[in-house]
Amino acid sequence: MLTQTPPQTVAEQLAVQIRRKVIEMSASPNGVHIGGSMSIADLLAVLYAEVLRDPAGVGSSHDRDHLILSKGQASAGLYAVLASTGVIPESELATYAEEDSRLGGHPMKRLPGVDFSTGALGHGLPLGLGVALAGRRFGHDKRAFVILGDGELQEGSNWEAAMAAAHHGVDNLIAIVDRNGWQISGRTDECMSLEPLAGKWAGFGWRVLTVDGHDHEQIRAALTGPVERGRPTVVIADTIKARGVPGLQDTKQSHSATLDERARRAALAVLEGGQA
Amino acid sequence: MSSDIAVRRTVAEVLDHVWENRSTIQSRDAYAMMLLALGRENPNLACVSADMNFEDHFALELPRQHVDLGIAEQNMIGVAAGMTVSARPVFANGMSPFAIARAYEQIKIDVAGADLPVKIVGTHAGLASGHYGPTHHSLEDIGVIRMLPNMTVVVPADAWQAAQATVAIAEDPGPVYLRLGRQATTALYEERTEFVLGRASVLREGGRVLFIATGPHPNLVAAQAARELAGRGVSAGHLNMHTVKPLDSEAVLHASANAEVVVTIEDHRALGGLGGAVCEVVAEAGGPPVRRIGVPDVHYDLVGGEEYLLHHAGINVDNAVAQALDVLA
Repeated sequence: MLTQTPPQTVAEQLAVQIRRKVIEMSASPNGVHIGGSMSIADLLAVLYAEVLRDPAGVGSSHDRDHLILSKGQASAGLYAVLASTGVIPESELATYAEEDSRLGGHPMKRLPGVDFSTGALGHGLPLGLGVALAGRRFGHDKRAFVILGDGELQEGSNWEAAMAAAHHGVDNLIAIVDRNGWQISGRTDECMSLEPLAGKWAGFGWRVLTVDGHDHEQIRAALTGPVERGRPTVVIADTIKARGVPGLQDTKQSHSATLDERARRAALAVLEGGQA
Repeated sequence: MSSDIAVRRTVAEVLDHVWENRSTIQSRDAYAMMLLALGRENPNLACVSADMNFEDHFALELPRQHVDLGIAEQNMIGVAAGMTVSARPVFANGMSPFAIARAYEQIKIDVAGADLPVKIVGTHAGLASGHYGPTHHSLEDIGVIRMLPNMTVVVPADAWQAAQATVAIAEDPGPVYLRLGRQATTALYEERTEFVLGRASVLREGGRVLFIATGPHPNLVAAQAARELAGRGVSAGHLNMHTVKPLDSEAVLHASANAEVVVTIEDHRALGGLGGAVCEVVAEAGGPPVRRIGVPDVHYDLVGGEEYLLHHAGINVDNAVAQALDVLA
């Protein structure tokens, strides 16, 4: 975690690794969605370090968890955590967006650790609902965790899935909203108001938790606590876009960017220094 | 909903039953009967639907395997794709105009791109919704689905073939679109022929004219047109192209090798569907001229029943004969 040095827990160490790798990938002249990758770094760290059971599906059991990065533009964050947890080679990160790389601007199913190709917004929650429903109906102990962008919630298919998940009482479906407050054209609530966001989910019949999306204790408590039987859970994670990247933190420009060497050094220095 | 669907039958018994009643059973009921039989045999088969009622018996008898997702086709397709982690195959039932057009991006990415065993079954295809109008017509579905990699597109020619096709697509490992109509149609087959996915069915051996048709009404038009031409001394072949993708190009090239004209017939836009697929194959091989019969490239808001609309769009025997003779003249 950025505000704590040195990192103590495995999740905190993982968060630092994710951020470092995203910063390094941001050298790509093709541009990296650095803002949305950094805003989910702590969510990914807690999920992969403490919550998910066999997220890459390397075991033989169908009893496992599935992580669906519905906001697929944050692929760099996902690649970073996959490399940090040994699912893909660390050296592969240098190929981000290069010709013939497996690491495109949005994650593709052909990469180990990616169950569904994402990036077209509004697809992840229906997919996660299908995973959760099928696990329950067909005898597999599965949970589906779906990371949604806040701007992404403007896509109507999310609300079709939200309605159906509550109707069918799918309590092994957990949506996590990366509430960083930005989308391409500007502030999310200036482009299309989402508030009252918690009230919307509650109105659809979901159990709603709100956390500081950079506070591991809060994330941990939300994702490891008991679910409410018969109700899906949404965790609205208040986050900061491009958190810890000088000049880009909480800006529209951080949506997709290339960092030159100086900017990368500055961002890494912040990371090493633990200064948010 | 026919209570006949619920009668406990095996797959083989459904085939027998549908064969015996092939001119009175709707294709979608034949499909529903077969799906229920397949679901009983395969506890991992799932069926999701967008507020359809012809599968009520499935929901009643096999509730664990059935999920109604309401009038929300995008979600239905995504859920079907997600369910493949534990259930295979997953059938997704909707009305063709909505299951295909509204959910196209989900089909493109989550089903076709992912190459998952999701079987999208669209009823009311073509002009089957008749007077309900263009909101409920599905005239672009074959074209847009056949453009997607991995997809198989199947259009049964009658209830018997719908039952056969249901078995075949359940066994096929990939994603499929099964296109069904609404009303019962006259049986096309006079004997129990084999059904092989991707293999055209030869109803009449080739001649100067080759009709290639897909779906119930177009195949009935082709069969009658071929008979009329024969009556005038013009030999005509007839292929039932029940699988539009992958197209049986070998059969097309073989049957058209000695033909002077190929006429395609479909209850779909003349643009981009079966006619387009046949043109691609025949033109690349330097074959004979092709005439395409289908719904013209205009917003089709004429009011009337299916048969009236088909006739008006030129999907009729007189036009099929005329198109052939025009090229021969």
